[in-house]
Formats: sequence, structure tokens, C-alpha cells
Amino acid sequence: MFQVRIHGRGGQGVVTAAELLSVAAFRAGRHAQAFPSFGSERTGAPVVSFCRIADTPIRSHEPVAAPDALIIQDVSLLGRVDVLDGLVPGGFLLLNTMRSPGELGLGTAAAALPAGHLVTVPASELAMEHVGRPVPNVPLLGAFAALTGLISLESVIAALEERFAGPLARSNTAAAEAAYQLVVKETAHAAAG
Amino acid sequence: MLQQVEGSKAVAVAVAASRPQVICAYPISPQTHIVEELSRMVKSGELRGCEYVNMESEFAAMSGVIGASAVGARSYTATASQGLLYMVEAVYNASGMGLPIVMTVANRAIGAPINIWNDHGDAMSQRDSGWIQLYATSNQEAADMHVQAFKIAEELSVPVMVCMDGFVLTHATERVDVLEQDAVDAFLPPYSPRQLLDPDDPVSIGSMVGPEAFTEVRYLAHMRQLEALDVIPRVAAEFAAQFGRDSGGLLRSYRTDGAETIVIALGSVFGTLQDVIDAERADGVSVGLLGVTSFRPFPYEATHAAVQGARRVVVIERALAVGAGGIVAGDVRIALTGTEISQRTVIAGLGGRPITTTSLREMLGRAVRDELPALTFLDLDTGVVDRELRRLHPVDRFADVLPQT
Repeated sequence: MFQVRIHGRGGQGVVTAAELLSVAAFRAGRHAQAFPSFGSERTGAPVVSFCRIADTPIRSHEPVAAPDALIIQDVSLLGRVDVLDGLVPGGFLLLNTMRSPGELGLGTAAAALPAGHLVTVPASELAMEHVGRPVPNVPLLGAFAALTGLISLESVIAALEERFAGPLARSNTAAAEAAYQLVVKETAHAAAG
Repeated sequence: MLQQVEGSKAVAVAVAASRPQVICAYPISPQTHIVEELSRMVKSGELRGCEYVNMESEFAAMSGVIGASAVGARSYTATASQGLLYMVEAVYNASGMGLPIVMTVANRAIGAPINIWNDHGDAMSQRDSGWIQLYATSNQEAADMHVQAFKIAEELSVPVMVCMDGFVLTHATERVDVLEQDAVDAFLPPYSPRQLLDPDDPVSIGSMVGPEAFTEVRYLAHMRQLEALDVIPRVAAEFAAQFGRDSGGLLRSYRTDGAETIVIALGSVFGTLQDVIDAERADGVSVGLLGVTSFRPFPYEATHAAVQGARRVVVIERALAVGAGGIVAGDVRIALTGTEISQRTVIAGLGGRPITTTSLREMLGRAVRDELPALTFLDLDTGVVDRELRRLHPVDRFADVLPQT
């Protein structure tokens, strides 16, 4: 079982991100479960969603306390919400930001993770460029595929095409692909360096 | 067809495939996604032959389906929490008149204090309303049970409440074998009403009954609901025969064979508890799990049989009877009559507090060591409640009666 927790703010597609991730996993023949941390349906309020992915049926309905991966859609939550709480040793940390982990005060967290397990992506900027709205959730799913290898970019695209129609599917796919390629390059660079 | 869908949508599709003719509803979280989807399906033409009426309140919603059901239409509504309370007078009328309405309750806490999150306080408040109450453990079961509910309701002429945990199930996206029209048509025959308001053959339904017959009317309602103890498992067996999976029924046993301790629970915590039971069994602890699917009618004999051989049972309740403790616990106590089995009650998950594996395992550890008090509030913040009790009562006069945690 692989467990993901997504942190962001109302309006950033945090709940949709978990749903899309679960659909991508389902499309790849796996069992998946996505659900929100319920109730704070206010724009700008901190929102949490969860996704579990497994090869066997998922029975538990408790929130994810010890995530294998964290997706932070809004780094303004750092220091306000304990977003790193429970991250397993050797886990993955994906952040939507143009700043470095050091600038964000994540130097200690970065040092504790295996090399290449912490990745930053300018997801809001990629979404603005490709979709025309600064909603970072879809680019982050492309980045998640590249970072963890847990799901393929093709599965993410399949989920996007199921959710969106026509031009919106194409623009979101482009945003996911761009983020995917960025992380592939960043990871290759880190491995070479 | 297997789909990765939100629980609310899976239920809406199952309801639509049951070919309801009238849906009256008023939106309230966390039921909203169900009725929104049904409304959309009626408007788009995906659900034909159905009138969807967005009422002005829950009282009106239940009143509307009462009228529709009384003239012979297959009728459906859904609600939660304060919405269920607001329709209560009509809820009792539906059962009193023997109208086979199906209603989803997306279980949510009752205020005050206002709280939109999940517990079973809403449906439990209707324990004695004369409706059959079925509790779903998963979204697959929730979807399946709606189709079964129409069959049970119409065969008995008794309304059925399908209870599913609000948000925990309604808003969870999971793999569900979404029910298809042909299969549901083969399972669920068209509605043939036992009684009908028809101008060509006039009858009265729900007229006044005096002291000379009221007891008899109630007695017959009771006997009718006891018939459901046979009908519910039979319909579940028919469903299993056609669809190839177990959904519904009276009770659901998991690894209870030879178990010294049996946990009894309702709703979605069943899945989390299955993981807990597996972990405890792997550690050599002799525990099993019994899920109560049919809370009304309560399967006393089947429960009695299902816990035979156990030394103790632990009832986990997502609701609280203030001043008494557990609600399901009272029924379990009756079911245990004549046994030496000891019983503990655990109040858990009120107002959306997550019921975690960690807390459940810690609690079970105390239970098997016989260290669990008769009534326990899982994860109670004792610091807060102690401070408040001391503030209110400087003299510690409740020390002996307060529940220990």
C-alpha cells in the first residue's frame, strides 16, 4: 500500500488531485481510494486530501497518518500547518514552488530524505502557462508520476481525459507533461551531479 | 462495470437503475452529491419516467414522497442530520402508513454544537420510527443495498433507510462495480403496490385510529418488521446469486471462528476493523469482528448465534445516548441474554473524529486484558474534560461516576 497526502488551500483543486490520482491508479489496474479531509469548503482555507494505492482491495477508511508521499500545493502552509507530520522515512516530498528547499526552511527535511526524493516544481506557473489558471494540481500529478514512478504519465493523462473534455483535456495534459519532463530532467541532473 | 467513482455517484446510479418514479429531495451536506446527480440524470434524460422535485424543506420532501408512494409510485429521497430531524413527523407517517419509500441517510452528527461531519446520531434518533435501517460498510455495499432496499420495502410495504457514513463513504472515490440497468431490471421487478389511492376504487390511508385498535395497528407493524428478518437475508442471497458478491443481509462475520473477543460495529469502520483484526490475529490475539447491517429490525437471534463461544464483546458506536451510553449496546445486551459473555461499549468517531487503527488496537489491547471500563470514549481529550469538570465542580463530586478513559 502506498499512501499519499495532499495539502493545499480551497480552490487549488486539492480534492480533485486525489481523485485524479486514484483514477490514474485504477486505470493502471490497481486498487485506489481518494477522499478529502472534510468540510472546509472555503476558498483559501487549508484543505487536505488523501489517496491510497494498492494491489489488493483497500478496506480502511481512516485518514492517512503516515504518508509515503506528500504533495504540497501551497508552500504558504509551511510553518502554519504541520504538513510534514508522519512522512515515512524514505518518503517523497513534492512542492509547488519556485524557491529552493533551503529558502523554504526545509533544509533539515531535505537532508533526512534519500537523494532525489524532494522535488520542487513551479506548478502554478505551468498551469498558468498551459491552462490559463494558476491551479497547480494537475502539473503536480505529472511531477508525482516522474518523482515516484508509482503511476505512469499515460495513466495520469487517461485520468485527465476521463475528467475533462476537448481543449481543457489537452491543456491539462500539456501542463502535466511539462511538469513530468521538468522532474525527469531535475532527477537526471541530480543523479549526474 | 468497474469504475473509480465517488460513493455518492455510485449510489445515485444504483437508485436510478432501480427506476424510481418520483424523487423529492432537499439538499444538505453530505447528502448533496447524491441528489444533485439524480437531478442531473432526470434533466439529461438518462433517468426516464421519473419526476424530480426539489422541495422547499426536508419536511416537504418526505411529505412529497409519502403522497407519491400512496398513489403507487416508486419513491425515493435522501437526507442527513438536521434534515432528517426536520422531516421526523413525516418519517413516522411513512412507516405508519406502510409506504415502501427508500431513503438514503448520509450519516452526519446532530447539533448543537453544529457539526457537518460523520456520526450515526441522525439515523439512531429514528431507531424507533418503524423504518428498516440498513448500514453500509463500503460504497459497493451502499450501492448494492439501495437496489435491495426497494425490493425489501415493496415486498413488506415498509420503508427502508439505507445509512452510509457521510463524507467517509459519500465523498470517497473508490472502485465500485457500478450497477447496470439490465442487471437491476432482472433483479428488481416493477413496483406493484399493496395499497393504492385510486379515485376509481377509493380507500383511506392513515386515517385516525382510536384506543380500540391503535395497539393492534402497532403490533401488526412490529410483526411486519420481524418478517424482514427473513426477507433481508433472502434478498441478499438473491443478490449474491445474481451479482456474485455479498452485500446487505443481517450481519457480517469476519474471523469470528474461535475468537475470544468479538468487536461489533456498524458502517464504514468495519473495513478499518478488518485490518485491525488481521493485525491482531497476526500477533496471536484471538479477536473477530461482527458487522451489524440490519439495525432495525435488530437480529437478536442471529447475533446471539454469531458470538457463541466468545468470552467478551466490544460494541463500537458512532453515536451516544446522553445519560445512558451506547445505543446498539442495549440491543447487543438483549442478544447476549443467557450467555456468560461480558460486554464493553466504546463511543468512537463522534462528529467526524477519525477512528484510527492505532487507537482501535490500543483499545482492543485493554479489552483483552479486561482493563476496559464498561463505557469508554475513544481518544477522549481527558485534559480538556477534566479542566471543565473541575471548573464547574470545584468539589470532585462526580469522581465516582465519570467514565474512565
